Amino acid sequence: MKFKTQKIAYWFFLSALGLLALQIIYGFIMGFAHMGMDGLHDFIPFNTARAVHTNLLVFWLLLGFMGSAYYIIPEESQNELYSPKLAYIQLISFLAVGVTAIIAYHFNWWEGRKFLEIPRPLDYLVVVNVLAFLFNILMTLFKGKKQTTTALVLTMGLLFAALLYLPGMIWFDSQTLDSFYRWYVVHLWVEGVWELIMGGILAFLLIKITGVDREVIEKWLYVIVGLTFLSGILGTGHHYYYIGAPSYWLWIGGIFSALEPLAFLAMALFALNMYRKGEKKHPNKAALNWTLGAAITSFVGAGLLGAAHTLPNVNLYTHGTLVTAMHGHMAFWGAYAMIVLAIIAYAMPNLTGRKLYDNNLSRYAFWLSNVGMLGMTVAFGVAGVAQVYMERILGVDFMETQKEIEPHFLVLILCATGFTTGVTLYIINFFNHGKPTDEALVSE
Amino acid sequence: MLTKSQAKLFFLAGTIIFSVLFLGLSYDTHVNHVANQPYEKTITPAVIAGKHLWEGNNCMGCHTIFGEGAYYAPELTKVIERRGEGYVKGLLMSPTPWGEHTSGRKMVAYGFSEEDAQYLVEYFKWIGTVDLNGFPAKPKYKIEKNN
Repeated sequence: MKFKTQKIAYWFFLSALGLLALQIIYGFIMGFAHMGMDGLHDFIPFNTARAVHTNLLVFWLLLGFMGSAYYIIPEESQNELYSPKLAYIQLISFLAVGVTAIIAYHFNWWEGRKFLEIPRPLDYLVVVNVLAFLFNILMTLFKGKKQTTTALVLTMGLLFAALLYLPGMIWFDSQTLDSFYRWYVVHLWVEGVWELIMGGILAFLLIKITGVDREVIEKWLYVIVGLTFLSGILGTGHHYYYIGAPSYWLWIGGIFSALEPLAFLAMALFALNMYRKGEKKHPNKAALNWTLGAAITSFVGAGLLGAAHTLPNVNLYTHGTLVTAMHGHMAFWGAYAMIVLAIIAYAMPNLTGRKLYDNNLSRYAFWLSNVGMLGMTVAFGVAGVAQVYMERILGVDFMETQKEIEPHFLVLILCATGFTTGVTLYIINFFNHGKPTDEALVSE
Repeated sequence: MLTKSQAKLFFLAGTIIFSVLFLGLSYDTHVNHVANQPYEKTITPAVIAGKHLWEGNNCMGCHTIFGEGAYYAPELTKVIERRGEGYVKGLLMSPTPWGEHTSGRKMVAYGFSEEDAQYLVEYFKWIGTVDLNGFPAKPKYKIEKNN
């Protein structure tokens, strides 16, 4: 690392990995429940497990993004972080809010709107917290020596993510409008501004790992985030097909969301080309694997599997089935989880001075988690497609259908075990690096 | 070949154009379309109370409505049409979990008061009146179970 305050990123990464581990545990609870083993029902009913599982995902990814920003922005702007103290306060309060929300879900205290379940009073605390984070990052950027494109794109992504949280906080009597504006947050986050964050982190990693000229990488970064918004903003329409919005969304959503894979395809081609072009081969193989892996897996999970059920005539039958879970798992893993794991893998040796660049542990972590996730995606896909044909086309009752597809959840759980082993190895490898230290400081 | 400033222009112009288009379409959807639907004028206080109960108990954490939610329990958009008011109300007021004796899956036994159960029924009835562009689609076949 080049600046002392980059060390703060470590604590964000540590917290993120802790929440990831907890997220996986709740995933298993849901997997078993789908198999008919709902033994924890009295303490953790399915709706609690579900809210905890998805909210922990959002919490740990946001912590990962914030940690990335605390690592990247000082280095890009060549300046110590504006206020390390504020960063620590912000971390602790963010964790406090997150943990309170998770506990609240076990006591039926929530706002039951998919992905935005945080009880309203806690929403305001999230807003204050994110404002503190943005203030810190923006001040660092303004006081810095340089404002690079990579830093600006990353910061823009974080700023828009904060702004877009607000429409989700408005109450509507009409379920249609409620849903309409809820997607302002959820869709425009994950298929919009989060891709800016991902693009920013990816560009930073490619600059560091491949040694390709910054100007070239940043030019393509603009093209990619341009494609993201070109397709993704009106692509929100694929959530407006069947909620009571006018029918013009069927074709607007259809056309633009069919274009959404382009941004991910561009990202994958870009990462692979930069890697081939690069003359400097950075010894951190783990970081390289995760970086290229994120670019490719996000194209498959978010791009292709999303496109598979995004057209209105297909979605009419797949909407609200396990097909969505198939796409959701690999999309979030590829696009966001893997890019956070990539920046952690890159940053840890630099923060701690322990250069665990290419060991067995990190290789097994990468392959086991990815093959496990691929298997999980297939299991969800088979279960989902079977559900669509039985329930939506042949007219079999919902519960009867679910009973028939239970075996696929056994496959899901087996693959999830492989996935979990991979993630566990990643976390062990994380701890093997030790703590960040000023002795790891290097000058350019 | 594309320069960096051209790429930047592509990003900025694209973002601004599509954001403006999206906001315009949102306005049209909200003000010109949704707000003018006849069913938007039949949102009674009971329907609103039902929506509060729907959200306050995170029903979407298992069920779907308009196809949105979780995939653990049945889609409820047309539940009153499918099951009838009496069944739904009885289930909501039941002190024992649904599914306890029939399958591995259970529904939380909410044991709602009759008033609250009625609010939820009113909410479901209202949901059933919304024009959803053909969702949920009617199954193409009707098959019977062999015993």
